[in-house]
Amino acid sequence: MVTMNNIIADKESVYACLQEIADPEIPVLSIIDLGIVRNIQITDDELEVFITSTYTGCPAMDMIAADIRMKLSSLGFTKIKITSLISPIWTTDWMSEEGKRKLIEYGIAPPDKRFLIAKDGVDCPHCQSSNTRLISEFGSTACKALFQCNDCQEPFDYFKCH
Amino acid sequence: MMNNNLFNYTLHLADTTLILGQRNAAWCGHGPVLEQDIAITNISLDLIGQSRSFYQYAATQKADGSTEDSFAYLRSEREFKNCLLVEQPNGDWAQTILRQFLFSSFQHLLFQQLQNNKDATLAAIAEKSLKEVTYHLRWSSEWVIRLGDGTEESRNKMLKAITELWPFTGEQFIPATYEENMGINLLSIKEVWLKKVTDILTEATLQVPENIFMHTGGKNGIHTEQLGFILTELQYIQKTYPGCEW
Repeated sequence: MVTMNNIIADKESVYACLQEIADPEIPVLSIIDLGIVRNIQITDDELEVFITSTYTGCPAMDMIAADIRMKLSSLGFTKIKITSLISPIWTTDWMSEEGKRKLIEYGIAPPDKRFLIAKDGVDCPHCQSSNTRLISEFGSTACKALFQCNDCQEPFDYFKCH
Repeated sequence: MMNNNLFNYTLHLADTTLILGQRNAAWCGHGPVLEQDIAITNISLDLIGQSRSFYQYAATQKADGSTEDSFAYLRSEREFKNCLLVEQPNGDWAQTILRQFLFSSFQHLLFQQLQNNKDATLAAIAEKSLKEVTYHLRWSSEWVIRLGDGTEESRNKMLKAITELWPFTGEQFIPATYEENMGINLLSIKEVWLKKVTDILTEATLQVPENIFMHTGGKNGIHTEQLGFILTELQYIQKTYPGCEW
């Protein structure tokens, strides 16, 4: 536990704070659910947050870094360093179970190990049918593929295994 | 002291992915159908993301205040080290697809080697990018087959694209001076690449051309006339309003 600027900061309160930051493109997920935050380090007067991008070109990363900075300064931190890590490589294996549940509620099929390569049959998040078909390997963002359910006819995104 | 070979090689990787990303981005809003418009621009985004990682690494090597942006926006044509293939015009959908396939099939093999490179940063960028390149390769392979083995019109367009682009596929396998000690075996890549390309073109009822004159020079800054036009557009804002931000 470190005291600075009259605030008491420990890792847990920082993580709790980061849990409130939503992914700008999939606002139902927090950056913790996505596994973007890899570590935090609190030294004398500095807080360092280690993050990793999902895809190399993810346009949300700059916004996420700005959000982290803003959120943590509200905790009282003044020296905040955000370090981007390339390695280890981000994988959907880091997505929390809570995150996967939230995705289904939101209408996005979560990563499913049976479909490492997106193909027909991913469970529909609306009606749970597996009678679905792949429309396009590339969806509304780099991390998703586009599907349609043959039973309820609804289109949906599938968060690809990565 | 900076390792010039490593620096130039990093720029070569950065420039190649940037220029292809810029080319593909021009399809935004013009794709033949919405899903494929999204696909080609997603690929563009991946490539630009990869180029950013390489440029950022080049900036830390140079350590003179250069940034990813100054490399992309403030260098001249002769300083760009991208392969000639990626600067070739979008043409029609067939030409864009074939260019992507010829490049992705090469990049996939290159990054498989690069992910084990003794340089840990290049290795990490390659390992991360490889997941994306795997999609690009699968997607572009499927389209080459669909167009080549499609209608008479799509097949004719693919034949024309092969004639246009094949002369730019030899350069990748000739190492530039800065590339020689990077631990990449271009000869073994060439062999596997040619087999992959032959397999897909055969499935598409197309043929690999033989004994074609190959253009070279891109890796050393000698480009086709195309690059000048690309950079004029890409760099326009920063050259007109230096340091402009939004």
